[in-house]
Amino acid sequence: MNPLPLVAVAGNPNAGKSALFNALTGARQKVGNYPGVTVERKSGRLMLADGRPVEIVDLPGSYSLDPASPDEAVTRDVLLGRQKGERQPDALVIVLDASNLDNHLRFALQLIELGVPTIAALNMVDLAKRDGLELDSQRLSQELGVPVVETVAVRRKGIQELHTALDDMLSAPFCGVHEHVKSDLIHLQRRAREIATAAVVSETPVRRWTHRLDSVLLHPVFGPLILAAIMFVMFQAVFAWSEAPKSWIEDGVASFSNAVGPMLPAGLLRSLVVDGAIAGVGAVITFLPQILILFFFILLLEGTGYMVRAAFLMDRLMHGVGLSGRAFIPLLSSFACAVPGIMATRTIDDPKDRLTTILVAPLMTCSARLPVYTLIIAAFIPNTRLVWGVGLQGVVMFGLYVSGVAGALLAALVLRRGVLKGSSGGFMMELPKYQWPPIKDVAIGILTRAEIFLKRAGTIILGTTVVLWALASIPQAGPGQKQSEVSIAGHIATGIEKVVRPIGFNHDISLALLPAMAAREVSVAAIATVYSIDSPDEKAGANKLEDKLQHRWSLATALAFLAWFVFAPQCISTIAVTRRETNGWKWPLFMVSYLFVLAYAFAGLTYWTAVALGL
Amino acid sequence: MNAPFQPDTISLDQLKVGTKARVSSIGWHGLEESEACRLRHFGFDEGVTVEPLHLGPFGRDPIAIRVGRMTVAIRRKHAGAIRVVPLGQ
Repeated sequence: MNPLPLVAVAGNPNAGKSALFNALTGARQKVGNYPGVTVERKSGRLMLADGRPVEIVDLPGSYSLDPASPDEAVTRDVLLGRQKGERQPDALVIVLDASNLDNHLRFALQLIELGVPTIAALNMVDLAKRDGLELDSQRLSQELGVPVVETVAVRRKGIQELHTALDDMLSAPFCGVHEHVKSDLIHLQRRAREIATAAVVSETPVRRWTHRLDSVLLHPVFGPLILAAIMFVMFQAVFAWSEAPKSWIEDGVASFSNAVGPMLPAGLLRSLVVDGAIAGVGAVITFLPQILILFFFILLLEGTGYMVRAAFLMDRLMHGVGLSGRAFIPLLSSFACAVPGIMATRTIDDPKDRLTTILVAPLMTCSARLPVYTLIIAAFIPNTRLVWGVGLQGVVMFGLYVSGVAGALLAALVLRRGVLKGSSGGFMMELPKYQWPPIKDVAIGILTRAEIFLKRAGTIILGTTVVLWALASIPQAGPGQKQSEVSIAGHIATGIEKVVRPIGFNHDISLALLPAMAAREVSVAAIATVYSIDSPDEKAGANKLEDKLQHRWSLATALAFLAWFVFAPQCISTIAVTRRETNGWKWPLFMVSYLFVLAYAFAGLTYWTAVALGL
Repeated sequence: MNAPFQPDTISLDQLKVGTKARVSSIGWHGLEESEACRLRHFGFDEGVTVEPLHLGPFGRDPIAIRVGRMTVAIRRKHAGAIRVVPLGQ
């Protein structure tokens, strides 16, 4: 069977390529990797008018065929038919930012020289109009010698026309690319400028929106203040907005558990289902609202173009610890999860910058640690209001995030002075225009995260809690004995406890530490499972986990546990992605060990200080 | 990494915010290959008009510069490799 015709979407970064790709393919996309390299391959399907399916692949944004990063090398190799695991594209869609033609046409000219059937999408024509720029797409088409379609991808405008143009193009036969003639970049740039000038119908100078916004958002004083305010609002919102949906889920889990329990015979089976599966998974899925709120903010900041501004504001400080402002985006994404964060370091050109960023990324508080923080804070920190709209619990949460950030910066500084000594690379970034991201694209992003989280809850977390339930329930305790001490898990935990006793960790925490390696939020499930097994008389759901903790842990222990989780050695997925991104076991092992030492030291310091203060 | 000195030119990092200038020369040799490549991709070239728009809040670094229709951010030390002729207010 012949493979489907392949259409590659190419263009400069910030041309609106991904929005156009989303508009062409819809929500069903396949995300994978190119073999041998750590560059993401995003593809989708499109139906032609005659019913033939076509595969569309979204190539990494690139400024030219002379690569300055691994991503750009993949773009070049795919276009020249040299990329392993990818076939030669049968047609190209070049995405151009209508208000930045002088620059984007250079890459377009290089691509057109290849001789592959090509359509140019003149994208974001609405923003160009807003800036007083009127363009003649027919003239542009004549100059370039390829069809030009005007689009506004984020509003799904011009997509039908693009579809039709693709239809026409793919029905004509095509016989292979020309040899890549490496035209002089400067010559191409000058030609690009000529064409761009020719295509302009009229230009009215207006005060540009982006410039006006930047005067405030990049202001030397207000800029950093606004950034801090945005971060603060984001973390307060994660706490405040999630309260209601969280309690609905809790109530739902409790009534489900009460409904299922009596249907099963009393004994081990009921205990497995109610105490193991429902209590464990239930404890974890209550955090879904918070994780989704966090992702909502990150996707919004990314989509509007503010994320790059944040990098601009932070570059000097990041440079001070040997990182670049470019590391800000991967590190900020690590607040959601270190795995996509570490994958996002691919945009950092300098290898040492990149490795340092990977090694400190797990110190950013990922959303999986949120359940742990939330649980402990809710149990031990009083819910008092400091001033209107600012609660003590939110402040403590903010403090934990700040500790993670401070730890990351310090670790980077030390790494750059020691194992990763060397000059740091540069910081060169385009500041794209501000725009409102399509709600649909943000929704697709959030739904994908929800799906991933629930899949984890249904597989890894369910599996681990069931295994843990078994370890914690067998053998059964006799009268007068405590189940969590008699069981197999109890014996393992007793071993771990010897190591962590000095930093204030009790037997139950030791029990929760091991499964936390599978996924951090499991430690909450583990604690929930242990306590519901220990107290079979209590009606499930009647006694909240927070209340149980208050009776069994001292405040010093709780604080030490929080400190541990700021630095805690990361989950298995993070270790796996680090191995893949650094091509070996050396760096992941290094990462695990240094984080373990840090976590132990800081949990210890917290505990001893708290005890000395009489808490 | 500074470009060879020419009369009437200043380096781009000395140019005041809001002042337009024409690029007279770029000290490509003082730059790493990938950095030089990136600058070219952004459209830095002799004869192009540039204008610093914003400065970073800490140490006035990096600098946001308009090149053609694009706004890009580069560090002060890279801006030092670019010599420009100010075009007045």
